[in-house]
Amino acid sequence: MVDLLDRRLVFVTGKGGVGKTTVAAALAALAAGRGRRTLVCEVDAKGNMADFFETGPTQFEERRIAPNLWAMSMDTEASLRQYLALQLHLPMFAAIGPLARMLDFVASAAPGVREIVTVGKLCWEVRERHYDTVVVDASASGHIVSQLSAPEAINQLVQVGLVRQQTGWMLDILGDPATTGLVAVATPDEMPVSETLELVGRVRGETNVDLAAVVVNRVLPELFSRSEEALFGRLGEPRVTASLDAELASPSRPLLDAARLMVTTRRSRTEHLERLRAGTDPAVPLLYVPYLFIRSHGMRATHQVADALAAELGY
Amino acid sequence: MVRGTQADGGVHSLDALYAAKEIVIVCGSGGVGKTTTAAATAAMAAVHHGGRVLVVTVDPARRLADALGIGGFGNEARQVPPDAFAAAGVEPRGELWAAMLDARQSWDALVRRHAPDAQTERRILENPLYQNIAGKFVQSHDYIAMERLYELHTEGRYDLIVVDTPPTRNAVDFIEAPARMAEFFSSRLLRLLIVPYRRRVVNLASRPFYQVADRILGSQFLSDIAEFFILFQTMYGGFVARARAVERLLHDKRTTFVVVSTLEAAPAHEAELFLQVLRSKRFHVGALVLNRVLPPYLLDPDGGAAASRLVAGAPDIARRLAPLLDAGEPSVERILTEVGEAYRNLRVVAKAEAAEREELAAVPDVVATAPELDADIHDLAGLLRLGMLIWN
Repeated sequence: MVDLLDRRLVFVTGKGGVGKTTVAAALAALAAGRGRRTLVCEVDAKGNMADFFETGPTQFEERRIAPNLWAMSMDTEASLRQYLALQLHLPMFAAIGPLARMLDFVASAAPGVREIVTVGKLCWEVRERHYDTVVVDASASGHIVSQLSAPEAINQLVQVGLVRQQTGWMLDILGDPATTGLVAVATPDEMPVSETLELVGRVRGETNVDLAAVVVNRVLPELFSRSEEALFGRLGEPRVTASLDAELASPSRPLLDAARLMVTTRRSRTEHLERLRAGTDPAVPLLYVPYLFIRSHGMRATHQVADALAAELGY
Repeated sequence: MVRGTQADGGVHSLDALYAAKEIVIVCGSGGVGKTTTAAATAAMAAVHHGGRVLVVTVDPARRLADALGIGGFGNEARQVPPDAFAAAGVEPRGELWAAMLDARQSWDALVRRHAPDAQTERRILENPLYQNIAGKFVQSHDYIAMERLYELHTEGRYDLIVVDTPPTRNAVDFIEAPARMAEFFSSRLLRLLIVPYRRRVVNLASRPFYQVADRILGSQFLSDIAEFFILFQTMYGGFVARARAVERLLHDKRTTFVVVSTLEAAPAHEAELFLQVLRSKRFHVGALVLNRVLPPYLLDPDGGAAASRLVAGAPDIARRLAPLLDAGEPSVERILTEVGEAYRNLRVVAKAEAAEREELAAVPDVVATAPELDADIHDLAGLLRLGMLIWN
């Protein structure tokens, strides 16, 4: 299996809310920190990738935000224009207003054009070797398959023309496991695990992109061993609780409840983790990222997740 | 007087809101429990308000079908069997029905409705572009979800329809979908694009465009596109009228929006934006549902200090507690430390949540909060348990 960060194009996807952007930002920070010239691209312009690096909003024009690290956000219309200027040698293209509008229109009228200019731009950065690594905060798992399979779909729809010629090299890049990999992010909860397993199946069946890793985010710590758990349970006995209250000069109940909440939540998640492991090809690494007890995101969280991933990857 | 409605006439609970409306659109960013909230509140309405309640989901998860005790989901609504309610220990006043949105089937139905004749219908359904639009590509789902809602509403078979919205790139995309669709099909550009294929005479003014388009896409693909739009234009009138009607329905006073979120930073931020957009577009925002909120005891004013004392004093406390527990001091000390740390860790998160809640300005009249549930929802009883927590 090719090492995750040796790949040159890494798509990060996952169900909404599982920390897809955090993981993409962390992987990009990790790659850049290891000396690779890295581009991180946000595809769904929610515009919060910038928050993970404490930097201003990203735009289509890539911008250097840290040593070895550049950031951009996808804009399909800008991408289409750039593509046309490069491929058709129409440098004045963007200036020809009505014509540009017409082509934007084709992009929204012809299905798959938006998807392919997104994937195409990213493949192009890889092909031209502008960066060592391109990390994509890709579409959520519901949409990623249609995005990644767009070149194939277009290839079947369009029999001739430039677009047809263009899809060939994209398919080569996407289909080469040494170059391109998909990272699926999940949390150990029921729905994200089910959706991840479904995604893994669809990626195998409908795209030629290799699944490089599954990241399990927000894994709660195991507080107690089995024997300790029995002992912990006994802290709830009235006379023990009473002594504890006296020791603390304050009710111990909220403290015990909080620990119990953590234990039961972790336990209910264990079965989902097992289901995820059982349903994933054993050759695909599962990388665990601990739950961070903060509910905001920023450079600190990005680095903590990057460190956790580095440890899992054996760096 | 509707239950939950106060003397001022305002609606102060989901109970009262659902009693007053015919369509509830549940929205929010991904992963916040939208589908579950839609199903749980629809079940509550069926139990307490009666009538025929339909929940429409775009989430194909088997789990919901299983939880509702129906074998599977389809575009056709199915009734949740009364046994499922009996098993949950309740006797519903009304009926609960469930349907899943199948984008492809809904598009096909739309074409059948608007196609002028059987031949056009067949040619559209067979057009490769149509098959891609209807089946694969993303934006079409937003429109068809709203279209299907309109159809279900105008059929008049249900007293209340609760819709779980599709996972859009941007949470507001789908409410604009009908307007976008109408605009698209009435566009002058679209007519220009298909002119040469209709008349077989290339308009001089548009020639550079066709040259470029031809080089990029190839003429076969262009004529596929053109055929598709020429065929689609035969349905133009019906289609645009329909899109406008859908839009009117979304603005109707019988329709309300329920925004679902957690108090994590990103979803809360998106919920805030969403509330703003809905208001500025004059949609009725009925409620905000906050899911998986940590319990209030984590914010206990004395809790933080007690946890610190427990961690700092763990060796001493363990020495005195160990005989009571008939256990070794080191393990008691470790457990006490873990308990204190667990509280402190969770308290940090709970405080961040409380701050997010404070920052949610301009919230609707109804704000319902549900805790993180300690078990997954596997059946109707589970859905109703969640429903109970947010209903009043």
